[in-house]
Amino acid sequence: MANLLLRNIEKTYGGSVNVLKDINLDIKTGELIVFVGPSGCGKSTLLRMIAGLEKITDGELQIDGVLVNDIPPSERGIAMVFQSYALYPHMTVRDNMAFALKLARKSPAEIDAAVTAAAEKLQLTEYLDRLPKALSGGQRQRVAIGRSIVRDPKVYLFDEPLSNLDAALRVATRIEIAELKEQMPDSTMIYVTHDQVEAMTLASRIVVLANKGIAQVGSPLELYERPENEFVAQFIGSPQMNLLPGEVIETGETTVVRLDGGGIARSGVPTRDGDKGLRVNVGVRPEDMVPTDGEALFEGDVNIVEALGEVTLLYFRPEAGGEAVIGKLGGIHADLKGQRLRMTADPSRVHIFADGQSLLYR
Amino acid sequence: MHPALQGLITIIVGVGGCVGYYYLSNQFLDKVLFPARGANAGRNINRANMIRPWLFLAPALFALGLYLAYPVVETLRLSLTDRDAGGAFVGGANYAQMFAEPKFWEAMRNNMLWLIIVPAMSTAFGLLAAQLTDRLAWGNIAKSLIFMPMAISFVGAAVIWKLVYDTRPIEQDQIGILNAILLSLGAEEPRTWLTIPFWNNFFLMAVLIWIQTGFAMVILSAALRGIPEETVEAAIVDGANPFQIFFRIKIPQIAGTIVVVWTTITIVVLKVFDIVFAMTNGQWETQVLANYMYDKLFRANDWGVGSAAAMIIMLLVTPILVWNVYNARKEMK
Repeated sequence: MANLLLRNIEKTYGGSVNVLKDINLDIKTGELIVFVGPSGCGKSTLLRMIAGLEKITDGELQIDGVLVNDIPPSERGIAMVFQSYALYPHMTVRDNMAFALKLARKSPAEIDAAVTAAAEKLQLTEYLDRLPKALSGGQRQRVAIGRSIVRDPKVYLFDEPLSNLDAALRVATRIEIAELKEQMPDSTMIYVTHDQVEAMTLASRIVVLANKGIAQVGSPLELYERPENEFVAQFIGSPQMNLLPGEVIETGETTVVRLDGGGIARSGVPTRDGDKGLRVNVGVRPEDMVPTDGEALFEGDVNIVEALGEVTLLYFRPEAGGEAVIGKLGGIHADLKGQRLRMTADPSRVHIFADGQSLLYR
Repeated sequence: MHPALQGLITIIVGVGGCVGYYYLSNQFLDKVLFPARGANAGRNINRANMIRPWLFLAPALFALGLYLAYPVVETLRLSLTDRDAGGAFVGGANYAQMFAEPKFWEAMRNNMLWLIIVPAMSTAFGLLAAQLTDRLAWGNIAKSLIFMPMAISFVGAAVIWKLVYDTRPIEQDQIGILNAILLSLGAEEPRTWLTIPFWNNFFLMAVLIWIQTGFAMVILSAALRGIPEETVEAAIVDGANPFQIFFRIKIPQIAGTIVVVWTTITIVVLKVFDIVFAMTNGQWETQVLANYMYDKLFRANDWGVGSAAAMIIMLLVTPILVWNVYNARKEMK
């Protein structure tokens, strides 16, 4: 039940090693914000700064309009779920959840009510008197979430909460977190992950972090359909977007690019007269590539075919001077190996980047 | 022969003998007794592998048997015989005599005092030192200094502390730092610390605490570092202050190690002998069981009562030892 305001947040270690700078973010009440980025991009550091476990080197952090830079974690109204669960191993599930309330000198009746309610919500009632070591990974994670819920925080912080779970459990717990969010529509949540599926499925907005800063903020589909730069374009979506270098030959509502590989790309991204001759990268997602007999943006030999059942991935042999290109076709096409294919894409699905930035956003 | 040369030869013969034993006995097993060839090669290999562990364990088993197991049995036998009666069996007479001696009960009382105070103080100081030095830049230097007394023998430490407690006549300069401080603060007379009954026990205990704190610190420091950092951070987020984190999150997580350290020091304390022997020799009401045993055995030549005292010490140590080993094994899992 709180909004967060990050203004020019900066983090420097040891006076010289800069890991984050100029982080500006406005998080509204009830949003589930996901920080994603490659490892080492500082997403966990940013979360820990919001939690108060790391000092904010420079900039302002406000929760509900209150500057909290120098306020200790427990008074910020946040609760955090750690990657390793961080349960207190010597306490029962009940005591783990009650610990914060006991420290806050709440009455036993109040504590009991809060713990019971949280346990019911997370189906932990029958495990309340067990020690963490007697629980499965998924149950431990639920206890960690329960420990947050009993405190009734303004902001929930999740630090890669699913990465220690196996694949099946990860999907199940992801759905549980999504349901939990539905039950608590007013709670603000910030969730750090390196898994883009988690990001795409859970987030109301995704913050992509790269190169010490924010690469783009937007809803999952915004990031997928209109990436601001090559980094986001390639980070979101799997396999990653193909980038083909070329030169703008026609401008206007529809831009035409002659690709270095010989093909012609038509894109719905509008360009100005002065853009003619501009060196650009044309971005096409593998799933947007379709075989054609007519004008192609790409022609190549299929080198490897990965038939996954629902889709088939086609890896084209890199042409001289060209990039390795990947295509993704629906259904099973195991017979395409070794064939020469001409591929094109719907102009509305073709992105254009100059100097790494999308021409949509200038 | 020069003693250094003698030492060197001893080392060469000893180490060479060990290496020779393992190498030659292994060769004998594989080449002569059960050679891995001929009609029964497979059977021979299996038999050799069954015998090999015992072959390698044999020297240790022999030494332990001779120097540990046999003395227990022999001490028990001696404690039931009497010197004056020419080694005749006298049943519990030695025990009865010992229990009737006030000096024995003094030793018992002092031992209990040592037992309560030394392990508690050593563990507490060790824990404190471990926690306080953990985050310091010069923590490792501090740790080395605190650990250093571990390298000093008990007798050496006793001599050092005897100098601390030293007393000179008032007209001379005091070389004992305690008296020097006392006089500089305006006291009239130097004190003879080690002759003040009851309190002198604590002056002796200080020596062992000084030695054992380093041991406790090293083990507990490793245990503290093994605590997952995230549980501490979770406690910070939950609103715990540094004291609550230390006592309610950290200490419970290293409770097993604390027990191991505590019991290990307890066993050392029960055996304490050198410090008392070198500093007061049990005078002025500082007697302890091990020194009492030594007095009886080697001064009074009364092997009956001396052995009885030894049995009492063993009875006291055994349960703690069992618990110690049990906890140490649990920690290693």
